[in-house]
Amino acid sequence: MRIAIASGKGGTGKTTVSVNLALSLENVQLLDCDVEEPNCNLFLGHPLQKVEDVGIQVPAISKDKCTSCGKCAEACRFNALAVLLTGVILFPKLCHGCGACSIACTKGAISETIQVIGSIERSASHTHGIELYQGVLNIGEPMASPIIRTLKGHIDNSRTVIIDSPPGTSCPVISSITGADYCILVTEPTPFGLHDLMLAVDLVKDLQLPHGVIINRYGTGNDGVEDYCSENSIPVLMKIPYDIRIAQLYSEGTPFVLRMPHWKDRFQDTFRQLQELTGRF
Amino acid sequence: MIKQITVISGKGGTGKTTLTAAFASLAGNAIIADCDVDAANLHLLLHPVMTSKLDFYGMKVASIDQNRCSVCGLCRKGCRFGAITENFVIDAHACEGCGVCALVCTQEAIVMKEHKSGEIYRSMTRFGPFVHARLGIGEETGGKLVSMVRKNATEMAALHNTDLIIIDGPPGIGCSVIASISGADLVFIVTEPSVSAIHDLERVIEVAAHFRIKTVVCINRYDINKEKTAYIEEYCRKKDVNVVGKLPLSEIPTKAMLEGKTVIEYKDDSFAGTVQDIWHRVHSGLISE
Repeated sequence: MRIAIASGKGGTGKTTVSVNLALSLENVQLLDCDVEEPNCNLFLGHPLQKVEDVGIQVPAISKDKCTSCGKCAEACRFNALAVLLTGVILFPKLCHGCGACSIACTKGAISETIQVIGSIERSASHTHGIELYQGVLNIGEPMASPIIRTLKGHIDNSRTVIIDSPPGTSCPVISSITGADYCILVTEPTPFGLHDLMLAVDLVKDLQLPHGVIINRYGTGNDGVEDYCSENSIPVLMKIPYDIRIAQLYSEGTPFVLRMPHWKDRFQDTFRQLQELTGRF
Repeated sequence: MIKQITVISGKGGTGKTTLTAAFASLAGNAIIADCDVDAANLHLLLHPVMTSKLDFYGMKVASIDQNRCSVCGLCRKGCRFGAITENFVIDAHACEGCGVCALVCTQEAIVMKEHKSGEIYRSMTRFGPFVHARLGIGEETGGKLVSMVRKNATEMAALHNTDLIIIDGPPGIGCSVIASISGADLVFIVTEPSVSAIHDLERVIEVAAHFRIKTVVCINRYDINKEKTAYIEEYCRKKDVNVVGKLPLSEIPTKAMLEGKTVIEYKDDSFAGTVQDIWHRVHSGLISE
């Protein structure tokens, strides 16, 4: 089974749920798709090894062959090319690596080179039985999705796959959660949490993903999230109480199931619930 | 000269919107902009009254005319984003709008269609003019929409004769963050003393440095882990980044949020006082430059 962990709002506890769920199950592959800010391994402390670089194909323009005709810049819908009297210049951060420019060039002046924008790493050892894969977006690079797509190419379907998604509802989230059998939306019981949960629910409905909610920091805020879930028949899979000990363990990078082992049973129960809901194992 | 301050955090949920709203209430005559277009929340505290609405068109998206399509497969071969299904239908979520498919199609079966991908709202609030946006679900033009929000904010600043724009930024370090901070005069980072927030803080400080923007840090919920707080202060010292204040773990932000108020309006106590001190420090630093 492939379980995606998402949320509209940031900081609601996606990584907490991903890591603690992973630690409660056996034969797990954990994919940290929050490539802008990958945090899972801060809680696992696995030694990591680089699997591959992720790059996009950007144009390399031959000065000899280029006639500054401008067809490449015309074809580029991302405004990544500008034609000057002296030749064509590339703004690499705007390039999506689509290849339109080299198709449009009639002089054979454009070849492509790989521009590295991030990398994929994996845990060198499988402590706690977890195989961790994470993507890392390099500083200053704008595009997370190519890294997420490459990362998802490493999914091992013989394991229970847990996908920690980035926050929000835009393209990196879609790249992360597409293809999941179930999506857990983590929220907090506040007006901000509810507002962004509603956006996330719109997204998973649009993608036709079965979904349920985990309410984190339960006991703070109000009943808005619970009322919304019951009105919309969205299962509330688990409530993690607001507990200063959990917050302190989190701050130190300790997954709370390691110190409060009865929570492993709770996560296992939730997993069994997902198996029943999806018919997958 | 208009000054722009952008509030970001790297990690989500550290208190960006709580502080942006508080700053908006303290600044008086500022334009307020919510650039967290994926999951905008500032309006929940500001209760804007909309004055105008603009449709936002992001990248055009490909569309295949099935009557013209000869099923030759050139478009699928050319598309690097896996956006064309086996049945030659465009997956709008995967399509980046590059137009390669239309370029390679020999049957003129593919056109790039305008596509509304969000809305921008100009409003008035009790603290001044406000601009925010809503990105359509699953859209990918976050960075472009952020730039549009900021363009609107700049226009409104001229209109209202204001020289300060306060921007609530998104989490992360990618395109929306870059679009939110580029050209800003100050990046205000809200962090907290946890391993995740610190990791994310270090990356986001690097991003701000990459774009050569002056940065200050505020540590929220500092008392949840005082060792980590000390670490952050030491790290910032080394990076020559000023820590402008520390806020304790408190129920006040949530309680204020439940009433749709800023922490300044909610209760005149030491929490609000600390936020005011932070704002005065930041604001005087901003205008003295």
